[in-house]
Amino acid sequence: MSKTSSTVHGPNGSIPKANTWLLRTEHHGEERGRTYFKSRSTREIRNLQMRKNISHATTTIREKRKKVVSEVPNWEDLRTRASQIKQHTLANLDVYLEEFERNVTKAGGKVHWARDAAEAREIALELVRESGASSVIKVKSMVTEEIGLNAYLSENGIEATETDLAELICQLAGDESSHILVPAIHRNRVEIRDIFEATFAQKGSLEADPPKIAEAARKHLREKFLRSTVAISGGNFLVAETGSVAIVESEGNGRMCLTLPNNVISIVGIEKVIPTMEDLEVFLTLLPRSSTGERMNPYTTIWTGRPPAQMAPEKETTEDRKSYNIILLDNGRTRVLSDEVGSQALACIRCSACLNVCPVYERVGGHSYESVYPGPIGAILTPQLVGDELAGDLAFASTLCGACYEVCPVKINIPEILIHLRSIHSDHRRDTMSGNLERGSFGIVGIVMGNTNLFNIASSSVSLILKYGGPLLNRVGKYLPPINGWVESRNLPKAPNGSLRDAYRKGTLDDLLKK
Amino acid sequence: MKVAIFPSCIVDTIFPEAGAAAIRLLERLGVDVDFPLEQTCCGQMHLNTGYESRARKLAQKHLSSFNQYDWVIGISTSCTTMVREFYPQLLGATTAEVGGSGKFLELSEFLLDVLGITELEGTFAKKVTFHTSCHSLRGIHLGDRPQRLLSMLEGIELIPLPKSDSCCGFGGTFSIKNSAISTVMMEEKLANVYWTGAEVLTAADSSCLMNLSGGIQAAKKQLAVMHYAEILEVATRHSQKKLLNHSGEK
Repeated sequence: MSKTSSTVHGPNGSIPKANTWLLRTEHHGEERGRTYFKSRSTREIRNLQMRKNISHATTTIREKRKKVVSEVPNWEDLRTRASQIKQHTLANLDVYLEEFERNVTKAGGKVHWARDAAEAREIALELVRESGASSVIKVKSMVTEEIGLNAYLSENGIEATETDLAELICQLAGDESSHILVPAIHRNRVEIRDIFEATFAQKGSLEADPPKIAEAARKHLREKFLRSTVAISGGNFLVAETGSVAIVESEGNGRMCLTLPNNVISIVGIEKVIPTMEDLEVFLTLLPRSSTGERMNPYTTIWTGRPPAQMAPEKETTEDRKSYNIILLDNGRTRVLSDEVGSQALACIRCSACLNVCPVYERVGGHSYESVYPGPIGAILTPQLVGDELAGDLAFASTLCGACYEVCPVKINIPEILIHLRSIHSDHRRDTMSGNLERGSFGIVGIVMGNTNLFNIASSSVSLILKYGGPLLNRVGKYLPPINGWVESRNLPKAPNGSLRDAYRKGTLDDLLKK
Repeated sequence: MKVAIFPSCIVDTIFPEAGAAAIRLLERLGVDVDFPLEQTCCGQMHLNTGYESRARKLAQKHLSSFNQYDWVIGISTSCTTMVREFYPQLLGATTAEVGGSGKFLELSEFLLDVLGITELEGTFAKKVTFHTSCHSLRGIHLGDRPQRLLSMLEGIELIPLPKSDSCCGFGGTFSIKNSAISTVMMEEKLANVYWTGAEVLTAADSSCLMNLSGGIQAAKKQLAVMHYAEILEVATRHSQKKLLNHSGEK
């Protein structure tokens, strides 16, 4: 067991600090600061180029998704089925994980268990060192980002190269990813050309043309694929009954990573297990259509234990030349599991459909969420994984418009979880002045609204307040928090002629009607 | 059939004209409608802002205000969504059901599905664009019911609003907590509204309309904003023929 993990478990089940690596906030060693969605997004939303890039990409992908989903007549049944499979598995997680472990072991692989990010990173580093390699190639993986693997390997003298094109762009640019599926969604082709020319390609050698850019990346990566002896992957699904791992991808880089190097290490969250191969069929129908808007993704690699060496058969001559290790990561997931409402979030298959339809994400981009997991899923996952204190105001990063729930292939009720997390947040803010101020105001409003007599008085006075205060507040309200948020861009409503209840009581409803 | 109106606290206090229009319209259609004055607020704002236990108390009070009614007709889609879709989670499915959360209908559901209205005698000779609120679309799944009612009017020109399924940016306290994002969403929504060339912007939700009309007034644009119940009421006000021509129960 690592030193870090044994010392970070706080009292009363508080969040171990090592679990907060997924935040992209200020950090000192293992300590991370809280997120500030409001201030970050207010800054990001002024980046018009970013907004244009993201709006263009999400609009395209949204339309594609809509089209291919409409082709599946039993789409809603599939969603229901997927949700049931996930709920069933999560309720019996221990059983299926142990079954998975037995079957991986039987097939010549080795299963490691990691309680948190620090443990997972150390196990991975140890495995790379055992292989004697000083560099690794990587299949795109959210969970390795969640545990901050690349930086950790680099600190320990191991160079990790991302082989997914968009992930490579981010790595070369020193960017943080801003989308689960399309990490470089905030960049356009010209920017990408410039990034390549500033790093591995010669200045002036590239056109800002997608096929040319992809070709340059392919050449750059080819040598890495052939030379590397260790690949690190995540995993989309773990099949308990066979001990198989499934990876779904579009570029073939995953297939190369999984077949060329002698050693494959997978790091996968424990919630990714499903019971059977038949269940996998449901998810393989839902995932590509939901995420890239394709009927089928170009590459699906499913392997059990030691992966086959299809691309280089000569490497299979002796069995022991190929090793397979899988690290199963908890990192807060079992704690999330104990929350009846919030645990739905663990059903997520990382398709990112919710990001692509979210009107907030479309305007502020992924970086505003200051987490590896952006968008609506990030707003419900991050607070649960790192705890309310560090997650700041993430649960408020939504208008609750419900577009995310409507497209979620596993029917996660994201608005419901956001509301649930908001209550937890307001409870935790009792020790801050602004928190208590808000709580006090809502308390008073709650008392007034909870009492018909008080409400009668209040409702009559609203028209007076608007009549005598409205025009003034429209002018000076921008200096008065919290009303400034409204009047900076909007007028207050015009004063009505008294309340509806007063008119109803007096029999003067007709006076209210438009002439 | 005992029918009550649930105008919502926003309509009651800020947009009473929409509530008055809905009541008069229903009366004209032969419906004896009450406005139970014990009702205050459904608790949506408290729930959405993170004050669940206060919201629960308001929800209980709200349901009990309508104990004696068969139907409760809402004219605010987010409030009807709160009662029908969120009360079961907030109060427990059984409590919500016993309390009658299922008898809460939106005006257009009542007119089309319960009363079975197929025609309305009335004229509204204006270009109108309809903003589909998120809750009408994804909360209570109203579909195009309000538009179907509007299109029964003579002379009305309903112009489809581009990107009609995207949120107007209101989101209750979101409009204040994340005002920069809310503003951008509101302005983009309004750009589409202006693009239609409509003279009247309408919706089935006064909270969206409060957001959008606030933006229209701040931008000093000339565009009337009305709840669709007001359009139906004003258009049918001088109708001579008996309006009600339906197959529904009475």
